Amino acid sequence: MSKRHTPVLLALLAALPLLLQPMAQRAFATDPVPAASTRDVKASGRPAFTGAEGLLVQEAPSMPKDISDDQRRQRNYPEQPPVIPHAIAGYQLDLRANKCLTCHAREFTGDSQAPMISVTHFQDRDGQVLGAVSTRRYFCLQCHVPQTDAQPRVVNTFRDVDSVIRENRPPVGEGK
Amino acid sequence: MMIIIQRVLSLARAAWTAFNRPAAHLGIGFLTIGGFVAGVIWWGGFNTALEMTNKEAFCIGCHEMKDNPYADLKQTIHYSNRSGVRATCPDCHVPHNWTDKIARKMQASKEVWGKIFGTIDTPEKFEAKRRELAGHEWARLKANNSLECRNCHSADSMDITRQGARGADAHQRFLFTGQATCIDCHKGIAHRLPDMTGVPIWTMPDRAAASLPDLHSGQR
Repeated sequence: MSKRHTPVLLALLAALPLLLQPMAQRAFATDPVPAASTRDVKASGRPAFTGAEGLLVQEAPSMPKDISDDQRRQRNYPEQPPVIPHAIAGYQLDLRANKCLTCHAREFTGDSQAPMISVTHFQDRDGQVLGAVSTRRYFCLQCHVPQTDAQPRVVNTFRDVDSVIRENRPPVGEGK
Repeated sequence: MMIIIQRVLSLARAAWTAFNRPAAHLGIGFLTIGGFVAGVIWWGGFNTALEMTNKEAFCIGCHEMKDNPYADLKQTIHYSNRSGVRATCPDCHVPHNWTDKIARKMQASKEVWGKIFGTIDTPEKFEAKRRELAGHEWARLKANNSLECRNCHSADSMDITRQGARGADAHQRFLFTGQATCIDCHKGIAHRLPDMTGVPIWTMPDRAAASLPDLHSGQR
């Protein structure tokens, strides 16, 4: 190779990313989604979702309603912390005050008819039984959550242990 | 010493003589009607001034109120809700009845003292006094059977069939029977609660463990 060609080759090599970039863009292009421009979003006056498809002007769903019917919900597995079947908006729950316990503490369940916090809440981490709610069980919302009528965005295929066992058990009368 | 007392006595005597002397130049008609008009103006002015101090803008004119209790209120249903009806400071903290209002206003002179001497002029100072200040309001509402709550929330107009089952049940058993008044259960509905240790029906986590020697410090 002559010395004359070396600069040309080096220049080509340097320009390689620039030349390949449009080709790569075409090769890896995703489906042509009509992505909204920033101007469309601003004109709509509504919040925009961002994601792989770019900006999308989309009507935000209305705030889901709290479930507040006081009906106990079935647990999906025995250890599941029961969910809260009532609205808790405005309940103060911090180091200074715990609104939940004004009904669910043992001594007030007679007046409130609310379920008592379970016995596990009266034990510290060494299993030592305490007279009052353990500090590690004090923040109710770490485990117990209120419900809304929001529909899940992803289909849930969870099956509880009973239905799994039932399906795998041979029907009565067969076998043997 | 005696001289000063004598001076004061003679001054008082002179004042009384001037006060007691019949008017020499003004007619009785002028004095009567003039006195009446002056009285009307004074009374109107007094009530206008009183009304001025009974507005939220006046209350939050001080940063102590604007940054602490008012900031609390804005987070609660008594400020922001679906129908847009809201309570202002005097709705809950000043009785509507005139004599009670004047009594409350006289108590409130303590707040002017607090303003001048800066007893709650930082968030930290306010937090330190929060339990005490909240306690005053709880005691006042307990003593007057939650009068300021009932200015808006009347038990007669309360349709318990429109309430949640738990609320309706509690109101029937405790409110309507007179066993409890609003403030007994509804604390912290317009402001953040202080540390509720020792307040009836409020349970705090077991503090017994905290009084044990600290196992980690090595100073058993």
